[in-house]
Amino acid sequence: MFDNFVVPNLLPAAPEIFLTVMALAILMIDLLVKDSRRTVTFVLTQLTLIGCAAIQFATSTGEITYTFSNMFVDDLMSDLLKLFLYMTMLIVMFYSRGYIIDRESMNKGEYYVLALFATLGMMVMISANNFVTIYIGLELLSLSLYAMVAMNRDSVVSTEAAMKYFVLGALASGLLLYGMSMIYGATGTLEITGIAERLYGGGVNKSVMVFGLVFLVAGLAFKLGVVPFHMWIPDVYHGAPTSVTLLIGSAPKLAAFAIVMRLLVNGLITMAADWQAMLVILSVLSMAIGNLAAIAQTNLKRMLAYSAISHMGFMLLGIVTGVVSGDARYALNAYSSAMFYVIAYVLMSAGTFGMILLMSRAGFEAEEIDDYKGLNKRSPWFAGIMLMLMFSMAGVPFFIGFFAKFSVLQAVVAAGYMWLAIVAVLFSLIGAFYYLRVVKIMYFDAPVDDTPLVAPMDMRILISANGLAVAFLGIFPQVIMSLCAYALLRSL
Amino acid sequence: MSTYPLLSLAIWIPIFAGLVVLTTGGDRNAPLARMISLVGAVAAFLITIPLWVGFDVANGGMQFVELSSWIPRFNINYHLGVDGISMLFVVLNAFITIIVVAAGWEVIQNKVAQYNAAFLIMSGLMNGIFTSLDGVLFYVFFEASLIPLYLIIGVWGGPNRVYAAFKFFLYTLFGSLLFLIALMYLFIQSGGSFSILEWHKLPIALGPQIWLFLAFMIAFAVKVPMWPVHTWLPDAHVEAPTGGSIVLAAIALKLGAYGFLRFSLPILPDASHELSGLVIALSLIAVVYIGFVALVQEDMKKLVAYSSIAHMGFVTLGFFMFSAMGIEGALVQMVSHGFVSGAMFFCIGVMYDRVHSRQIADYGGVVNKMPKFAALFMLFTMANAGLPATSGFVGEFMVILGAVKFNFWVAFAAASSMVIGAAYSLWMYKRVVFGDVANHHVEELSDINMREFAILGVLAIATLWMGLYPQPFTEVMHASVNDLLRHVAISKIQ
Repeated sequence: MFDNFVVPNLLPAAPEIFLTVMALAILMIDLLVKDSRRTVTFVLTQLTLIGCAAIQFATSTGEITYTFSNMFVDDLMSDLLKLFLYMTMLIVMFYSRGYIIDRESMNKGEYYVLALFATLGMMVMISANNFVTIYIGLELLSLSLYAMVAMNRDSVVSTEAAMKYFVLGALASGLLLYGMSMIYGATGTLEITGIAERLYGGGVNKSVMVFGLVFLVAGLAFKLGVVPFHMWIPDVYHGAPTSVTLLIGSAPKLAAFAIVMRLLVNGLITMAADWQAMLVILSVLSMAIGNLAAIAQTNLKRMLAYSAISHMGFMLLGIVTGVVSGDARYALNAYSSAMFYVIAYVLMSAGTFGMILLMSRAGFEAEEIDDYKGLNKRSPWFAGIMLMLMFSMAGVPFFIGFFAKFSVLQAVVAAGYMWLAIVAVLFSLIGAFYYLRVVKIMYFDAPVDDTPLVAPMDMRILISANGLAVAFLGIFPQVIMSLCAYALLRSL
Repeated sequence: MSTYPLLSLAIWIPIFAGLVVLTTGGDRNAPLARMISLVGAVAAFLITIPLWVGFDVANGGMQFVELSSWIPRFNINYHLGVDGISMLFVVLNAFITIIVVAAGWEVIQNKVAQYNAAFLIMSGLMNGIFTSLDGVLFYVFFEASLIPLYLIIGVWGGPNRVYAAFKFFLYTLFGSLLFLIALMYLFIQSGGSFSILEWHKLPIALGPQIWLFLAFMIAFAVKVPMWPVHTWLPDAHVEAPTGGSIVLAAIALKLGAYGFLRFSLPILPDASHELSGLVIALSLIAVVYIGFVALVQEDMKKLVAYSSIAHMGFVTLGFFMFSAMGIEGALVQMVSHGFVSGAMFFCIGVMYDRVHSRQIADYGGVVNKMPKFAALFMLFTMANAGLPATSGFVGEFMVILGAVKFNFWVAFAAASSMVIGAAYSLWMYKRVVFGDVANHHVEELSDINMREFAILGVLAIATLWMGLYPQPFTEVMHASVNDLLRHVAISKIQ
């Protein structure tokens, strides 16, 4: 009866398994923990993430390993992205802690468990080699996030944001599924590497493929939050509790990058000309609308939402310049630049939302830009950290944001898309304006609020480290850059 | 030759000093912050002395070279070196930094530590710009130096400071972003090198040369600034605190001109020849038209700002005649302008601190109350007008001499600036300093104190030294300028 049953190789998925077990265990343990002793849950969550990182290190072979009947893949790219994912989630949970303790309805064990499940979803996305796996990961992430957005249940704005997120997210999933089914129809397989082989072999109905590809790209664009599928981003970023915005605005970008790589590069590289043409339009539109709309915002979270749109547009530039008229010579350079960009962006984004959390306190959300008036008077140190983050986002050296933009731009220039590079820098110039405005508010204006910052010490230290890392990695970007290049070299 | 990494020290000592100053915290520790800043600035200046002494004037190539790998992924190196061209600016920069720290000594009472730190850090970044031999390293310093100046204008500036700070930042960022793309293009063309010295040898067809030249030109023209992209400068100058104006005029404006010499001319010789007419035309417009604009200014700082643009017009004019006389004249003009415009802005600052107005109309008869000041101010006004025996004369005269050989009418137009320059400088001086005491503000003026006297005195010595005996300055640059001209003369089109 069990003759055909082969136990799959569990080792490549060891971190996922560990995380699942731990998340379920934490869910149980939390039942026994009183509200005042929630620190236990917090510590366990953080230990789980650290444990995942340790297991990832221990089990990483550096080879491309498929398991679960090729549904799941473990390669260096996924290892690296997951390590950054754990790190980001660790930071996110640290930053969120003070915030959720101050807000009663959020200080529940579910918050931590949902965050862990979201992490699991992202891990599955990063390691997916099958349309079904991608979809499962994506839904696990999305459903956890919907719940987290709505967690502050007394807040009308949050509930509205959760509703919007859910409806639009479901629509996006539908688009993605529709595209996947088309491609399945044309190729007869759900396996990403299998699709690539079929396409190499030829004889696949091109028009069905292109049709499917359009939906696939639309679905991905939704998840990345690029124009014209960006509508949910400002509302959700704005409406969600800031600690959840921090989560949405950082780690999922890594996973979104991974599924773009899996679907478009691993699976559909032979159709690069088609999807690149679509992504170029999305990318330019995102940089345009993201940067222009951000100027008009008075709410910092909304501003950062539009800035996220423009950053994702910029990152896509690295994806679209991989294959030039059938020549994949530049692929490694281009994709590793995009990967570096995403990692840099996640670091900056985590820091910036972390600053909002740092400035917030019970009953006060520091989410208007004007709340930062005269921060330099109130706390020169954190004004300096925020200054570094803002200049980094604007792409000014010596910060990591500069080298992120630099590496993507050089890929664009190397691929010969000079006009695209010029468009990109012109929109960056526009973008610089609103980051400068935040610096202006902090440094040139007089404070309106003299309340000292109340954030706990661990948060202060961590956010300082985050800001200094943005500067340090801006001076020494080599390590992460070459890690990205090496990981992709071994994975593609 | 010395084995110490002198150039690195010249860059990082002021930056480090700036960070130390920041740690002194609030204004309670202001005296300490001032002392550390002064020590840092003096130390940074002392570092440049062995640089000056150890410099081999017969060698036109790079000296004190430091080379180590920085970002191997893109073959970016930490590559420093000075030649006779950049050498002068490193020393000038270190010198001006001391002046700036001293200039803000009593005047700045608000956020003293941050003020001084911004200047020290900027000073280090500027040294980085002048000594970088790697395109990306240059760019990184070039753009990073915007941050401190943005803060200086915005935090310690005048009433319209926010507008001026944004205009300054966005204008210069616009120029430098296109420059960045040009750097990447050269990186690809040279097969993966960001070394400026490699690029000097890289053959490039005329078409791309023209495009690259235009991209470089936008970056540098904004920084110089050349007409018609000069409009940020008067705003920035007027709103910046005195120290900011001094650095802006004495050092920051030189960056653009220096860029022309380091990038445009040697990397793109053919395009430089091809488009020299354009640059010369823009330079002459700056010299003549902006001269007239300066004449009608009511605000002293604006007047000096416009005169700076006119003087920098001389510099770009001198570069694009491709003669040793022209380029050396332009370089002398750059250094001289550093002393003279710095001093002019300081003089205006001295009056502003007492009266809190920069309007010419609010003054009159200052000589009655501030005789010592009036005498020194007179010297710098004369130097600004290009009077012989001051440094202002040497550079302009050399550029005009070069221009006579190049084209009579160009020389004629350039020489007319001597008249216009005298007109706006002396007319302003007359209205401000001479005549009867105009109002009770002037009545209450007190003459300059020891600190102010020392600053102006040092600048006066420098101005006269360069005017009477420019030999040490031209001697340093001679070999490198000849080297540069050899590069420019060789076509790169294959």
